[in-house]
Amino acid sequence: MIWNLIYRSLRQHALSTLVTAGSIALASGLLLTVWVVKTQSQAVFAQTNSGFDAVLGARGSKLQLVLNSIFHLESSPGNISAADFEALRRNPMIGGAIKTAIPIAVGDSFQGWRVVGTVEKLFAEIEYAPGKRYALAPGGRNFKIGEHEAVVGSFAAKRLGWKLGTTFHPQHGVSEKAERDHDELYTVVGILEPTSTPVDRVIWIPLEGIQTMSGHNPLAKAEISAVLIQLRAPTAGLMASNLINQSGGKLTFAYPIGTIVAELFNKIGWFDQVLTLLAWLVAAVASGSVLVSIYNSMSARARDIAILRALGARRRTVFGAVVGEAAVIGVLGAALGFAVYAVLGGAVAAIIQAQTGVVLEPWKFNAVFWWAPATLVGLCVLGGFVPALKAYRLPVAETIAPVS
Amino acid sequence: MSLLTIKDLVKSYPRPGRGARLSGRAPGEPASNAASEHRVVDIAEFSLAAAEQLALRGESGSGKTTFLNLVAGILAPDRGSIVLDGREVTALGEAGRDRLRAETIGYIFQTFNLLQGHTALENVELGMAFGRGVDRAHAVELLRRVGLGDKHGHFPRQLSTGQQQRVAVARALSNRPQLVLADEPTGNLDRRNAREALYLIREVCREEGAALLLVSHDERVLAQFEQMRDFAFLNRALGTATP
Repeated sequence: MIWNLIYRSLRQHALSTLVTAGSIALASGLLLTVWVVKTQSQAVFAQTNSGFDAVLGARGSKLQLVLNSIFHLESSPGNISAADFEALRRNPMIGGAIKTAIPIAVGDSFQGWRVVGTVEKLFAEIEYAPGKRYALAPGGRNFKIGEHEAVVGSFAAKRLGWKLGTTFHPQHGVSEKAERDHDELYTVVGILEPTSTPVDRVIWIPLEGIQTMSGHNPLAKAEISAVLIQLRAPTAGLMASNLINQSGGKLTFAYPIGTIVAELFNKIGWFDQVLTLLAWLVAAVASGSVLVSIYNSMSARARDIAILRALGARRRTVFGAVVGEAAVIGVLGAALGFAVYAVLGGAVAAIIQAQTGVVLEPWKFNAVFWWAPATLVGLCVLGGFVPALKAYRLPVAETIAPVS
Repeated sequence: MSLLTIKDLVKSYPRPGRGARLSGRAPGEPASNAASEHRVVDIAEFSLAAAEQLALRGESGSGKTTFLNLVAGILAPDRGSIVLDGREVTALGEAGRDRLRAETIGYIFQTFNLLQGHTALENVELGMAFGRGVDRAHAVELLRRVGLGDKHGHFPRQLSTGQQQRVAVARALSNRPQLVLADEPTGNLDRRNAREALYLIREVCREEGAALLLVSHDERVLAQFEQMRDFAFLNRALGTATP
């Protein structure tokens, strides 16, 4: 019977039910989005290393170096000379620790998409994730050193509408409003299959293409922006880090990449906390709206409740019906919250992919999927207690009819 | 055999300005002194037989509604005895009185008191919901008998006042009560609808074998009853009761 009472009351107050459930849904969706993006992006970013253990670059911030060379964000901290790297490689203590070294050169772009120079080996030999090597879409091939050829990341190719054979002039600078077009005309010879890494957002050309690009400083011919390094053993990374970073020289050795990326999240932790706090505030306000919505209608409902009591409904029945109504509004809102999350979370994941190449999985199970809706329903039930108590204490005779 | 027997029933309310509360003293609350209380009901003896139909004449403010609320167990008396169907109502706790009301009593109000968010059928079902459970077929049959067989899905606002009162009659009979209490049931109806409603109430009570205790101040209503008592003579609190 109690469910019938709840259903009919919700039906009678359909508009306020929908508005209140909508505000719960908004709060729930917001909470889910903030939480999933927070936890998943931290985990995914910290795991994103494109298959490398360390990055060697110019003296400066390790975080900037990693963001620029692995995530293709930010500006480069500067170039290093190829000779410096070769000298380091000949150092018996460090050279032996390096398993693979992939040089990259940055500084150009096309319509905001970064053009990065590297060597063929990156796509031929490197595993960007354990057991996963780069693959080219059917018909494509790797670029050849010495040629004006490009291999394009899947996301960049899709957004630019490029196909095999498309030609383009790289532009100087990495901002969307590039300074000028370079004279060289490059041809797309390969499009990478999606990797869900920042590599998907990059236009790759041979290393010397960047080094010798028309308009670049002639000294750049002997320079590289960074070297992506795979180590033979983790201990070698610590040793190299100590040797290079404490020598006070011209180089920075960023290792381990995951820890350095985690620093970024530590730095923006306050922002994260503000977002979470905001989401909880919205949740609290939404739950409060359940209280206010039912409480405000109590004067109108008082007569109905008195009638139910006069017909034999017990105090606990009307109490349960009011709390149950609040709970149902909460459940409805929490369920709709997943729809809000589908839109909001999907949009945020798409933005993060577009901006960083990192792919979040909004529907990968996260504990927040159960505790956030459960907490919201619990808050709604608590909100329902106040009007329910009012219903419980309602004086039937006074409310139902004038005394004669 | 007597269905309802009342002895020395007293109900008082605090006087206005002294924390007046129409629902009176809560169970367990000590009685205050006579100067601070206003006695509303004081009945020495009253009885009603099973299936009997009795009308009580009473003016507004004479304590008729309080009396019916005491019989229904909505209010607890200060003292006295109410025995309904062999059960001492005053000995029951609130939950027990709720159950008794749900299973044994049907209540028809002057203002109908239909739930506006419920359809006619749902309102009738409410009458049985808190007792032995909903019997939809019985609710449908009752609506047919009060002439609303085609109005199941209508909400009260979609019905005329006469039709609303007929739904209230069907609701009062839906739990197959032994006693139907009717408080000025025709007070809000025009003459024709009042006559029809009264006939309906009496007829359905007769068919269902339920006793009817009706209070009214309307002489035209009272004239329809073979048995009628004056509440002013019954209620000693009014100072006009016969010894």
